[in-house]
Amino acid sequence: MKKQIGLFFIVQRSLRQHALSTLITTLSIALGTGLVIAVIAIRAQSVSAFTGGPIGFDAVLGARGSPLQLVLNAVFHLETSPGNIPWTMYQAVKNDPRVELAIPYALGDNYYGYRIVGTTTTLFTEFEYRKGVRFRTQGDGRLFDPDRQEAVLGSYAAQKLGLTVGDKFNPYHGLVFDESMRHDEQYIVVGVLEATNSPSDRVIWIPIEGIYRLDGHVLRGSGEEYVAQPGQEIPDAHKEVSAVMLKFRNPQIGFMMDATINKQGKVATLAWPIGAVMAGLFDKIGWINQILALVSYLVVLVAAGSILASIYNSINERRREFAILRSLGARRKTVFAVIVLEAASIAALGVLIGFIVYGAIFTSASAIVRAQTGIVLELLKFHPVFVVAPVCVILLGVVAGIVPALKAYQTDVATNLTPIS
Amino acid sequence: MSLLTVTNLEKTYVSPEGSLSRIINVPHFEIDTGKQIALRGSSGTGKTTFLNLIAGILQADSGHIVVAGEEITALSESERDRLRAHYIGYIFQTFNLLAGYTALENVMLGMMFGTGMDTNFAQHLLERVGLGDRMQYRPSQLSVGQQQRVAVARAIANRPRLVLADEPTGNLDYHHANEAVTLIREICHENSAALLIVSHDSEVLGRFEEAKDFTQVNCV
Ligand SMILES: Nc1ncnc2c1ncn2[C@@H]1O[C@H](COP(=O)(O)OP(=O)(O)OP(=O)(O)O)[C@@H](O)[C@H]1O
Ligand SMILES: [Mg+2]
Repeated sequence: MKKQIGLFFIVQRSLRQHALSTLITTLSIALGTGLVIAVIAIRAQSVSAFTGGPIGFDAVLGARGSPLQLVLNAVFHLETSPGNIPWTMYQAVKNDPRVELAIPYALGDNYYGYRIVGTTTTLFTEFEYRKGVRFRTQGDGRLFDPDRQEAVLGSYAAQKLGLTVGDKFNPYHGLVFDESMRHDEQYIVVGVLEATNSPSDRVIWIPIEGIYRLDGHVLRGSGEEYVAQPGQEIPDAHKEVSAVMLKFRNPQIGFMMDATINKQGKVATLAWPIGAVMAGLFDKIGWINQILALVSYLVVLVAAGSILASIYNSINERRREFAILRSLGARRKTVFAVIVLEAASIAALGVLIGFIVYGAIFTSASAIVRAQTGIVLELLKFHPVFVVAPVCVILLGVVAGIVPALKAYQTDVATNLTPIS
Repeated sequence: MSLLTVTNLEKTYVSPEGSLSRIINVPHFEIDTGKQIALRGSSGTGKTTFLNLIAGILQADSGHIVVAGEEITALSESERDRLRAHYIGYIFQTFNLLAGYTALENVMLGMMFGTGMDTNFAQHLLERVGLGDRMQYRPSQLSVGQQQRVAVARAIANRPRLVLADEPTGNLDYHHANEAVTLIREICHENSAALLIVSHDSEVLGRFEEAKDFTQVNCV
């Protein structure tokens, strides 16, 4: 045990004596390790968040088209809307006894880039975005009155827009913010929701009726164009929805509805199951992640190479030191162990700092993911790479130490003891 | 009782031209436990080579070296290292202190591979050689004479039974050389270590009861 302490003592001194190269090699190891952990952990977390996160719905019913577009648009509030389906279709699925919950979304407006989604209060009273958890308003907020121009804001949207209960705003037409597209109607914020760490946090919810009545909106639910008139009720036939969010009573129903809507039907698309649709997306873009992973592995390899090179180059100037240690009774293999330990220590130190690098990369990546999707990734959520990467990098450090260690091992004592040689 | 016995020791070097030159040929040499012997010889006669053979740093071509009952010439390299770590202290002409370590740490390194590190004993030794106030100094921050005393303390740090001193005063002026030799002799005596000192400085060696010419020992 005393011997081991002695070895660490020598290693620590030598690292300190070569402080600059120690620093540089340690930082390059840290960068590589941080990248590897970040690429792998962020990928794993986003896949699980986007395929099985706090979504709460089983399927999305929408216009005929790509299920992926439907999911991105209705669940993640990204992408353009594939179009609308008549209100009667919503009523049909809503009244289907196999369907537990059907919630209509009407899209097409925004406020400074944050989407305005028209829906019914069912979303707040019956929908559970996570098992047993419903949307709740913060503090003294309340839900909107379906007959008024009132809005409930997701927490992230409210925070970024600086809106609180009592504030008024005018919606803008379109899913992308355009200054010239301001609607005349004014909405008042009556509630801000508790954070859900899901895409809903970026949404401004208003009554679906409100969307229909925004100036300039033309309804085509029945096939012909219709513009809502103030004070007049809108006939159901003219109403339309962008998507119907569905929850089934049991999973088999998905198969049945998939068959009737997607395989036999021609007017609508059922995106089901949502997780599988998103998993398909991740499969398609998997190569990006492979490239990132490859790059991060290369950084680690180059860093290990720099350990090898810097220690190797220092061996010549240190031959006398090794010879002196040998003259004091150190064995060849002690000298060998010192060098391997030195390389491993740089790797281990790099790994520690690598976690800081990971934290930095993760924090900025997760801020981007949150701003774009509302999904919050968890920094400290365990992933096996937290253990595997450090072990592999330290082993790599040991391997990198072997070449210079062999060189040190061969140092002859007698010829290196005199200062001239 | 004999601590070191050398018999029929031979060592030949290959010169750069490729010819062989026999540097060492010692038929018999002996040191008793705790004794102090000085060998006087001019430059290039093989004194350092002789000490390195005894220390097990070099391997003999033939002959026997027995230190404390163990035959060095029959041991493997790592066993010779172990023997050196435990039984031998070595003072070099150039001191060979490690630049990255303080005086105290240099002395501790002298123990590390043998008896194990003992801070108290290392401090005691530095105080003994008069460097109690210089323990945290690096070699570059010490005078030559002070470096030499660190080297002396380091050579005794593993409580060796034999101290080898190779021209330990070569870098010191006459006054300091005398002082240094006295210190080496005292400290070996206090720690019951035998001393084999080689030098070409007859002034310094004159005061040893047992001083020989190296040519008497080495018959090349
Ligand atoms: N590795 C070597 N290869 C060939 N010859 C060597 C080698 N090492 C030493 N010699 C030769 O051996 C001889 C003795 O060297 P050594 O260092 O033992 O002398 P020394 O008596 O200690 O001299 P000094 O008093 O100058 O230190 C020298 O002539 C030297 O050239
Ligand atoms: Mg010499």
